[in-house]
Amino acid sequence: MSTQAYAVRDSATMLRRNLRHIRRYPSMAASTVGLPVVFLLLFGYVFGGTLGAGLGGSRAGYIDYLVPGILVLTVTAGSVSTAVSVCMDMTEGIVARFRTMAIARVSLLTGHVLGSVIQTMAGVVLVAGVGLLMGFRATAGLAGWAGAAGLLLLLTVALTWLSVAFGLVADRPETASNLPMPLMLLPLIGSGFVPTASMPPGVRQFAEYQPFTPVTQTLRGLLMGTPVGHDWILAIAWCVGIGVAGYLWARAAFSRDIRP
Amino acid sequence: MDLSTQSPAPAALSVIGLGKAFGDTVVLDGIDFDVPAGTIFALLGPNGAGKTTTVRILSTLISADRGTAYIGGHDLTAEPDQVRAAIGVTGQFSAVDNLLTGEENLILMADLHHLERAEGRRRAAELLGRFELAGPARKPAATYSGGMRRRLDLAMTLVGEPRIIFLDEPTAGLDPRGRRDMWQIIRELVAGGVTIFLTTQYLEEADQLADRIAVLDHGKLVAQGTPAELKRLVPGGHISLRFADAAGLDAAARLLGDGTRDDEALTLRVPGDGSVAELRTLLNRLADGPAALAELSVHTPDLDDVFLALTGQPQPAAEQEILR
Repeated sequence: MSTQAYAVRDSATMLRRNLRHIRRYPSMAASTVGLPVVFLLLFGYVFGGTLGAGLGGSRAGYIDYLVPGILVLTVTAGSVSTAVSVCMDMTEGIVARFRTMAIARVSLLTGHVLGSVIQTMAGVVLVAGVGLLMGFRATAGLAGWAGAAGLLLLLTVALTWLSVAFGLVADRPETASNLPMPLMLLPLIGSGFVPTASMPPGVRQFAEYQPFTPVTQTLRGLLMGTPVGHDWILAIAWCVGIGVAGYLWARAAFSRDIRP
Repeated sequence: MDLSTQSPAPAALSVIGLGKAFGDTVVLDGIDFDVPAGTIFALLGPNGAGKTTTVRILSTLISADRGTAYIGGHDLTAEPDQVRAAIGVTGQFSAVDNLLTGEENLILMADLHHLERAEGRRRAAELLGRFELAGPARKPAATYSGGMRRRLDLAMTLVGEPRIIFLDEPTAGLDPRGRRDMWQIIRELVAGGVTIFLTTQYLEEADQLADRIAVLDHGKLVAQGTPAELKRLVPGGHISLRFADAAGLDAAARLLGDGTRDDEALTLRVPGDGSVAELRTLLNRLADGPAALAELSVHTPDLDDVFLALTGQPQPAAEQEILR
């Protein structure tokens, strides 16, 4: 029997292993939602009044503007924990054992990806819940919410594969936690917290053409009914591109000989 | 030098001209050996000789630069998955999942070998009992002692019932009792028809366990043979006799004929392996004469002696500490 035929079964086994790890070592998962929640509280209750007025509205209006950006930030925060846990796992002897067994090679990676996607999406739900408690009122119906969930899932899968690659090429966990850091900054230097139109030239061009702005704009459109234009095409294209590149990079990094 | 005739049994492992370099450093410089099915083969050598690299290549973890190997009849480079299906590996460094319990680790292995759920649980329970891990089965592996961890490691290797097992320094860091337990387990495995390839720094371990030993030095095999064949190469084994006075030493030296005497220490060194029969003969001969024997000690050949005999140079000083 070919080992590839067992890819799904082996991936499910590896997923069970990773979910156990998350349960036994919950501080990593907690840190994933900690930062977005702090940002949500900070920007909602501390800066929100002024920023809301700047946008020609109120604090309540700013929270409606802010939450889609924070949800994107939550996904990027999950990348750090994915990269660190993959890197730490690679230093464990058990991974060398897996490599000497007749199992589908990619299953170790898909197990990590599925586990991280579940963890990150749980974080997204939690952060969205905090947003709702703070007064976030989406104009979207069921279809809008479903579309938003689908887009966040697509973004999470894409960034998780990229983070798995980061975790594989990093020589130690500190490096692994630094590599995805720029991803966490990108929603800030985009339309996540303030409109790009308010930024000086240069920064504004960067903000408009980086991948997280179309994603945020599409999400905002789905939840708040703001105009999307063709941002949704760009958003999906960016996610698919990042995901495929991340997957190929991760697969190549994993199939290399282990370090001597 | 190959000291014995080839065994007619089919080879579980066949290695031809295996070579590996990391950058400019040649780690394996073309090694050849065969391991007949159902036997124990020991690769003996000091740290840095290339033992772990050999295990890593043969267990498909890294690729060789040159040479071929057949494991369980499968070509290592062309059919790595078939090789992986035939082997089990317990490395030098613990390969257990620290966040999982002992039982969960074993069930993880059963799942990855695609066993039925009930069969996987049955085998996990059986191995936990056999390796005296039933008590801490529900505790995380991170809390296990070194010996327990090593037993869990080997138990995990056995879940898939491999026909060929690689053990990289299986007793390194174990206390004497742990070492004897591990030897017993290895002997039981071979009694069940498994082929074992083990690496060790200890001549005594290779001597106790192996059917054949190959000595690896700086990436080259400097000798191969049965333990007895190897020890015959080593002149280091001797019995040291100390006498009460010079007259006794003189008398014994005359009586025994061969031997190296040290007049200052009043000792006489006679070659020998220290077997009971040999000692009895020696003592009987001395008892007939006037020599008053004060003390007797037996020196068996150790890895230092093997190395001195085979390579003409002692091992590097840094490694001698560990080996004594």
